[in-house]
Amino acid sequence: MGQIHLEKVRKAFGDVVIIPELDLQIEDGEFVVFVGPSGCGKSTLLRLIAGLEDVTSGKITIDGTDATELPPAKRGLAMVFQSYALYPHMSVRKNIAFPLKMANMDKAEIDRRVDYAAKTLNLDAYIDRRPGQLSGGQRQRVAIGRAIVREPKAFLFDEPLSNLDAALRVGMRLEISELHQRLKTTMIYVTHDQVEAMTMADKIVVLRAGNIEQVGSPLELYSSPRNLFVAGFIGSPRMNLINGAEAGKYKADTIGIRPEHLRLSTSEGRWTGTVKVSEHLGSDTFLHVESPVHEEPVTVRADGEFPVHSGDTVYLTPQEDKIHRFDGKGLALR
Amino acid sequence: MARRVTTQKKIVTTILAWFVGLLIFFPILWTFLTSFKTELQAISIPPVFLNFDWTLENYETIQSQSNYFHFMLNSIYLSLGSTALGLIVAIPAAWAMAFSPTKRTKDVLLWMLSTKMLPAVGVYIPIYLLFVRFGLLDSRLGLIVVLFLINLPIIVWMLYTYFKEIPGEILEAARMDGASLGKEITQVLAPMAVPGIASTILLNVILSWNEAFWSLNLTTSNAAPLTQFIASFSSPQGNFYAKLSAASMLAIAPILIVGWFSQKQLVRGLTFGAVK
Amino acid sequence: MATLHTKSAARAMMAPAVIVLLVWMAVPLAMTLYFSTLNYTLYNPISTPFIGFGNYTYFLNDPTFLAALANTLILVIGVLAITVIGGILVALLLDQDFYGVNIVRLLVIAPFFVMPTVAALVWKNMMMNPVYGVIGQLLSSVGIPPVDWMTNVPLLSIIIIVAWQWLPFATLILLTALQSLSEDQKEAAEMDGAGALSIFWYITLPHMSRAITVVILIQTIFLLSIYAEILVTTQGGPGSQSTNITYLVAQQATSYGDIGAASAGGIVAVILANIVAIFLVRLIGKNLDA
Ligand SMILES: Nc1ncnc2c1ncn2[C@@H]1O[C@H](COP(=O)(O)OP(=O)(O)O)[C@@H](O)[C@H]1O
Ligand SMILES: [Mg+2]
Repeated sequence: MGQIHLEKVRKAFGDVVIIPELDLQIEDGEFVVFVGPSGCGKSTLLRLIAGLEDVTSGKITIDGTDATELPPAKRGLAMVFQSYALYPHMSVRKNIAFPLKMANMDKAEIDRRVDYAAKTLNLDAYIDRRPGQLSGGQRQRVAIGRAIVREPKAFLFDEPLSNLDAALRVGMRLEISELHQRLKTTMIYVTHDQVEAMTMADKIVVLRAGNIEQVGSPLELYSSPRNLFVAGFIGSPRMNLINGAEAGKYKADTIGIRPEHLRLSTSEGRWTGTVKVSEHLGSDTFLHVESPVHEEPVTVRADGEFPVHSGDTVYLTPQEDKIHRFDGKGLALR
Repeated sequence: MARRVTTQKKIVTTILAWFVGLLIFFPILWTFLTSFKTELQAISIPPVFLNFDWTLENYETIQSQSNYFHFMLNSIYLSLGSTALGLIVAIPAAWAMAFSPTKRTKDVLLWMLSTKMLPAVGVYIPIYLLFVRFGLLDSRLGLIVVLFLINLPIIVWMLYTYFKEIPGEILEAARMDGASLGKEITQVLAPMAVPGIASTILLNVILSWNEAFWSLNLTTSNAAPLTQFIASFSSPQGNFYAKLSAASMLAIAPILIVGWFSQKQLVRGLTFGAVK
Repeated sequence: MATLHTKSAARAMMAPAVIVLLVWMAVPLAMTLYFSTLNYTLYNPISTPFIGFGNYTYFLNDPTFLAALANTLILVIGVLAITVIGGILVALLLDQDFYGVNIVRLLVIAPFFVMPTVAALVWKNMMMNPVYGVIGQLLSSVGIPPVDWMTNVPLLSIIIIVAWQWLPFATLILLTALQSLSEDQKEAAEMDGAGALSIFWYITLPHMSRAITVVILIQTIFLLSIYAEILVTTQGGPGSQSTNITYLVAQQATSYGDIGAASAGGIVAVILANIVAIFLVRLIGKNLDA
């Protein structure tokens, strides 16, 4: 239940190819995150799976049966939209009950399921309100409630948290993760925020211009990005990418070193640099250091407080085993 | 109007605006007053403004002598019938154009608009002959169909501009939730578009109620609406001003009230969204 | 949001509207075009010989037709002039802050909802009648002899009646446009030292130009087919002094039974309307992209 396979799936709008041929396997119960910059085709891919758009060519299989031609309603998938897409003229109860009503389920069973969903999502108090009277977080819960009552084969989320404020976003992120733990249903989650991807996913699919750049667990992507794009996209702050002579020493065109993998010292080290900006968060210290090894400032992270300020001289030493090497085409060298 | 206006200026503007407003409204006001006068008072020289013996006799005469209700009912049938028919055909079309647009959608919309610009006399003669041929002359059905056709472009346009404001994601959500196309339209789109549909109905009722070319040329008595009823007062015996006034008030009052309520939507409907 | 399924559904949903309008437009228009080439009268409907452009040459040489054409244009231009200029003035007035804005708004809009036959008869009898009409009595009270409007100036009378009906439409649309003009713009101009008149001329009027165009085009469409107002007042007379093309065509068909000539007149009306329609459709089409 909840296995989705894409085979040679391709999507073009007119002459514009949004998704070149692509293969992807999503296994039952997985939490898969599609991540990539805005406009790279994440939503389109999700909508292809949902059946809201037709594939131009290729095949989509859900639980072993060919679903390529099935209308959305017949695919057994539920979707949570970025705008929540609640029915504004219906109460919370009616919103959540709508898919069940469409399935001609009997009244008693509908009520039972809606009440259960409302309770688990803490919506009991608002059950008779209209979506317009709810806060963003509550609306999001209603949208999720409407999805879970159907007991779908898989949940599709399209940037569900991007309309929430930062504090709420962290809370909802946890709730969705817990929901996945509890239901163990396949979830496909689209976001452009790599932090969401890293924290929630079992498997991350990094997309760029409709192409899959890499598929893997969060840690795999972090520790061995397959190319410069993934290296730069995953991890915060971004990995420092250094070209030229310094890279040459490693027999590479580009080397990458994450801010947290640079040792920082005020007295000695491999690279000398001048602090340009220092950000003191208490828990961490981020420095942007100007150094002759690279034209752009190198970002460094130190645990806790590191007492230097703009203009001070610091020394940086990369951890040799944490250096990523890339060839001229941007592919990782192993 | 963020700025403070001096009271003096405001009073001057008030006087001027009320004067202009009453001047424009005067013929209707005068008709209203005259409808309560006796025939003699109605043509008295000099005219009486308010100091006359108010009477309802004209309204009584109109109702008893002419079968006013027959015409009134026809007007209601015709405007509601053509509007209902229009909605049935236009809602699906507007749904398609708003939520599943293609390269040609715009052309289709503009083409529909252009049919509205076809002058009635360009098609009047064949329609008249066809009506004679098929016995549709002076039938309600025939006129309902014609009114439906001449207003269909406006209905489609108005609904289209309202539907465009509804996020497509909500309809997609309904689709994911297993709603069939019919349910998507009747249970999700239509309830959300209630204000838009209501204004469309109002405008269309107004236009049908006041339509005067086809109503005058395709009906004589059986299917004749109020337009035709009033036109019968143009003959010399129509010099009974008080009765003419009463009949006129009866004919325009319902639609005037409807119109007052829908003035905002009117702009949108009649300019095809070109002025908002 | 488009799959093959929704796309074909969409086509099916649009089909009825498109088909009925296509039939409504194409079939009668083709018939009119066909009739216009026949010598076809209701007195002898059995024999309808083809006469090519005969009806058009007859029509175009008929002094009544030429008069009707001229009357149509005068009617349209006259009403447009009154309603656009009047509409701008009234809209400017209603845009001000005063007591009872909403009520005055209702008063001004009211004539638009009055059915044409009522409007025409009320004006003809109660306003313009030389003896009992309010205008006549007002004039005689200041010593000016009353005018027999319908007999002496029939076309002007109709222009006044129609202008009264359409003034609200122009006002309402121009007012809507006026209200979308930001106060900031006017204030900025004021800071630059512009007086009320130059603000109107250089800022307000250009801002309204689009709405004015829309008013002109839409009204023209309706004004080209004025019918009821003529029917219940002057019946086109005296002579053909207040006959327009629409009235003439209807008269040719219903009173004289000359289907051929009436059809030719109908086609001429279609051509006239099309000239306006082309501009209007372009204007609205441009707006659709925005
Ligand atoms: N219906 C459509 N017609 C044409 N182009 C589209 C359509 N939907 C999306 N696109 C294009 O496809 C690209 C990917 O869009 P999308 O999948 O929404 O990106 P993302 O969700 O990753 O931000 C964008 O360039 C967008 O303009
Ligand atoms: Mg997206």
